[in-house]
Amino acid sequence: MSILVIAEHDNKALNGATLNVVAAAQKIGGDITVLVAGSGAQAVADAAAKVAGVSKVLLADDAAYANQLAENVAKLVASIGAGYSHILAASTTTGKNILPRAAALLDVSMITDIIAVEGPKTFKRPIYAGNAIATVQSDESIVVATVRGTAFDAVASDGGSAAVEAIASTGDAGISKFISEEIVKSERPELTAARIVVSGGRGVGSGENYHKVLDPLADKLGAAQGASRAAVDAGFVPNDMQVGQTGKIVAPDLYIAVGISGAIQHLAGMKDSKVIVAINKDEEAPINAVADYWLVGDLNTVVPELVSKL
Amino acid sequence: MKALVAVKRVVDANVKVRVKPDNSGVDLTNVKMSINPFDEIAVEEAVRLKEKGTVSEIVVVSIGPKESQEQIRSAMALGADRGILVEADDSQLGALEVAKILKGVVEQEQPQLILLGKQAIDDDSNQVGQMLGALLGSGQGTFASEVKVEGDKVQVTREVDGGLQTVELALPAIITTDLRLNEPRYAALPNIMKARKKPLDTKSPADYGVTSTSKLKTVKVEPPAERKAGVQVKSVDELVEKLKNEAKVI
Repeated sequence: MSILVIAEHDNKALNGATLNVVAAAQKIGGDITVLVAGSGAQAVADAAAKVAGVSKVLLADDAAYANQLAENVAKLVASIGAGYSHILAASTTTGKNILPRAAALLDVSMITDIIAVEGPKTFKRPIYAGNAIATVQSDESIVVATVRGTAFDAVASDGGSAAVEAIASTGDAGISKFISEEIVKSERPELTAARIVVSGGRGVGSGENYHKVLDPLADKLGAAQGASRAAVDAGFVPNDMQVGQTGKIVAPDLYIAVGISGAIQHLAGMKDSKVIVAINKDEEAPINAVADYWLVGDLNTVVPELVSKL
Repeated sequence: MKALVAVKRVVDANVKVRVKPDNSGVDLTNVKMSINPFDEIAVEEAVRLKEKGTVSEIVVVSIGPKESQEQIRSAMALGADRGILVEADDSQLGALEVAKILKGVVEQEQPQLILLGKQAIDDDSNQVGQMLGALLGSGQGTFASEVKVEGDKVQVTREVDGGLQTVELALPAIITTDLRLNEPRYAALPNIMKARKKPLDTKSPADYGVTSTSKLKTVKVEPPAERKAGVQVKSVDELVEKLKNEAKVI
């Protein structure tokens, strides 16, 4: 078996999500090749070559790949994909944007968000917002799938010594153009990879209060910050902090939900966390049903008290 | 210009689904069904573009059982002009087959804008729009939170992991909607009545040359692992103590 892993990166550094995908590839078993499509991305290719378990790195360096436009990258993936038994990418917005397009170009079906490898062609994936787990078997000649990072422990980012081979670009498809981006800057750990996540919901009341109450707690714990959809829709925090079916899926060691009621869509994004703590003034909040520890109280007094006692 | 919107009939977002005891799937008997929430946002966006004068006609297409007519009528009540139902056993179709049928519809209708939800809340696949883009050779603006049509181009602001990204696509283009694109309106009763009289064609996948079924087989469907019941703690001190000594996470 030969597995192609699409590297996730920003042209400078390899994104940690790729390490989880390589881990899934190892579970499938076979030769693992990593494709780095980017612009001025030699450093990314070098980093990928050091990843444990990777046997080859392909580098396609072209301005057309600078912003990971799906139209251009999918074309490249499809042009080399037929030589592999599996093509995998992370279940990030980049992976989800590119991979279905590549699969359709190869005329094969795709599996989204695998959480377990049952066999080379059999996988588990969540459906209905994580309320059911489907075992899916592919009869396609090439298995194309995105991998849910939190379901696989990352492989080591060093120890490997793969060769880097440059491959030709398939060029610009000419139907899409990158205009701009607005990336949210944060000193905190990345949400999907953090060991501890502190999330706020509608109950925090305002954006100002979100930061007043939750920033000290996140600082104290070295935690990433998340939010429920209600908090995002109300404008308390930016969208990329949303945890849930339509936001990010997290599975940290500790998830602290503050002022979050626990709608199905939110639970879909965090109920695989190892330990869940809920702080809510509502004794009947659905979040309590999945929480390991829940405390009923006013978050404006409970959270500062918690910070002072940590 | 013409806009095509694809909608899917799915279990209502507020229903807590149950897995069938024989593990063959999720029990959908007597469960409330609705338009997939993301598709409703796609319909709303098309209607807003029509109200601005950008779009002249909105065609809604759904692929699924006969009952999907209800969801097409709902979309018409929101402002779509006509509907196409491709009657099929959608449990046998995967995203690739759906995309192939939609390609046939697009070739027949020649829309400039093709709007879909970013994912259906039942299979959570998030694939059809991207696959359709590939089959048509069109650009794709996935996870859209803002759409601006300018001449023969469309600027789409996309919700990506780090924040937002804006791309410009040549028309015809595919747009898949994210939750923040808009707030769908409610259908007014007179509009629901009017929607009953709007034209609705019924087709089959074979009309678009698609006869294959998905090569992905669902072997079984299980409920997720249950979390063991938690405990209510009475004080912050107790919480800190439990996190330190029992859970050992801090």
